[in-house]
Amino acid sequence: MTTVETAVGQAKTMVLNMGPQHPSTHGVLRILLELDGETVVKAVPDCGYLHTGIEKSCEDKTYSQAITLTDRMDYLNPLGNNLVYCMAVEKLLNLEVPKRAQYIRVMMVELQRISSHLVWLGTHAIDLGAMTVFLYCFREREEILKIFEMFAGQRMMTSYIRIGGVALQPPAGWRQAIERFLKYMPSRVDEYETLLTENRIWMGRTKNIGYISAEDAIALSMTGPTIRAAGVAYDNRKLFPYSSYDEFEFDVPTRTDSDCFGRYMIRVAEMRESLKIVRQALDKITDDGAIKAEAPGIVPPAREKMKTEMEALIYHFKIFTEGFSPPAGEAFVTVESPRGELGCFIASDGSPKPLRVHFRAPSFINLQALPKLVEGQLISDVIACIGTIDIVLGEVDR
Amino acid sequence: MTENSNQNANVVGGRLSSVEHLRAWDKNAVAEVVEYRGETTIVVPRELLRATAARCRDAASMQFNLLTDATCLDRHPYEPRFEVVYQLVCISRREKLRLKVRLSGKDPVLDSLVPVWPGANWLEREIFDLFGIHFNEHPDLRRIVLPDDWEGYPLRRDYPVEGFRDIPVMPLGFTKTSI
Repeated sequence: MTTVETAVGQAKTMVLNMGPQHPSTHGVLRILLELDGETVVKAVPDCGYLHTGIEKSCEDKTYSQAITLTDRMDYLNPLGNNLVYCMAVEKLLNLEVPKRAQYIRVMMVELQRISSHLVWLGTHAIDLGAMTVFLYCFREREEILKIFEMFAGQRMMTSYIRIGGVALQPPAGWRQAIERFLKYMPSRVDEYETLLTENRIWMGRTKNIGYISAEDAIALSMTGPTIRAAGVAYDNRKLFPYSSYDEFEFDVPTRTDSDCFGRYMIRVAEMRESLKIVRQALDKITDDGAIKAEAPGIVPPAREKMKTEMEALIYHFKIFTEGFSPPAGEAFVTVESPRGELGCFIASDGSPKPLRVHFRAPSFINLQALPKLVEGQLISDVIACIGTIDIVLGEVDR
Repeated sequence: MTENSNQNANVVGGRLSSVEHLRAWDKNAVAEVVEYRGETTIVVPRELLRATAARCRDAASMQFNLLTDATCLDRHPYEPRFEVVYQLVCISRREKLRLKVRLSGKDPVLDSLVPVWPGANWLEREIFDLFGIHFNEHPDLRRIVLPDDWEGYPLRRDYPVEGFRDIPVMPLGFTKTSI
């Protein structure tokens, strides 16, 4: 694999290979650390151990088939991946999604954001030695996954968001399930804070660790909680509203300390903001209405129509055999994933399969800043820094 | 100079003025402007890419300080087959811009944008890795997701999805068909 030029042999440094099987690298990340005693002199991340060629595979699938592949990129945020991909295809097609479907999308994506932050908080805390938080976080995450199972029939790889809307009508009892979740979740977030925020060990392990200035963060193309902790209010939901986010009231929390502790506080605050958005979405979603756009030939017809109408049967057959062909052109769509700006660039050549699908993976680009965060710090802080930029290796390598 | 479509945040702030600004700065810098679905793409000649990018970042009326993405697409068998695409964002004016460079298959070489945006480092490494495009003056041009000894560039259109090379030891009954 990758070799690195170091100063070994000339100075008193040594090279330590961390990963790819290290539990604190959150998957299969390898970092070559050049150490002077316990201080990191140089860090070189080495990724690619989980490369699955998703972008290449997408080129061999029809537009609707590729949705299932996007689930598997950032496996803590499958709904967000579905959303960005479907929005890019909808932009190519110039397809308007019904309002009700947009609100359902917002609600699901915000629940996903909370569940992703819960996994992050739990694993980050366990990396730094706080075992309890992990158990608490996974308890609530389980509840969110149950809601996803209600909606999509799947806990993780939901493929719930489809081109032109969402896959299924909300199930019976969905409103009560989310009401119940919204009732207890705020107090649970408080509970995590009592365990960590003023905990001396937690503060010692995270305060003034992994500092990055706002200028450096922008220059290194960082996005998400990492850039907001540096004081830049860059959030796609506010700056470039999509899927009716402009109709929701929420704040974009920012801080200026820009260390591991600041990024922790940002994510906790974001969980509370997401709960606010879910509450508003719940009020906006009507009990009945369309969940898919009226677009014959693109959106599969309802089962009943397909059984009774000739045209619907033909469309159904054509969608699932040859697919549909958006006009030739390019579209780049960005959404705010729990990790940062998630983008999808699709180029169409007018055939039923995309010419190119590219994902702007926030984990991948944020990981680039890791050497900047850890150089000069102690080796134990490397763990805190990897945790704090919240990488998902499935998305880094794609 | 459109005053319409105020509902789209991308448009507010005079999208055209960025193009006009670049034209006024150097009339060769803008080879072509493509407007599609509310997105602006400026096709830049290869020689002027770095200067244009620096101008986009530094000029007071542009301020595209964030490079969000860079990627490439392959139009094989047409020439020029490669199109390297840079997505820029101006955070303060909520504006997006796409720079595009067309490259022929015979000479896929481009000036790196790492001197302008350090964040281009891994993005360009990924393009090098998967498309085989060489970036001049890139500080660390190595493969990033594939092993160093990988042959070929998988995201090129003439690299098939499966069956490119036979796997030497395969259990009986499992054969890969080539495309």
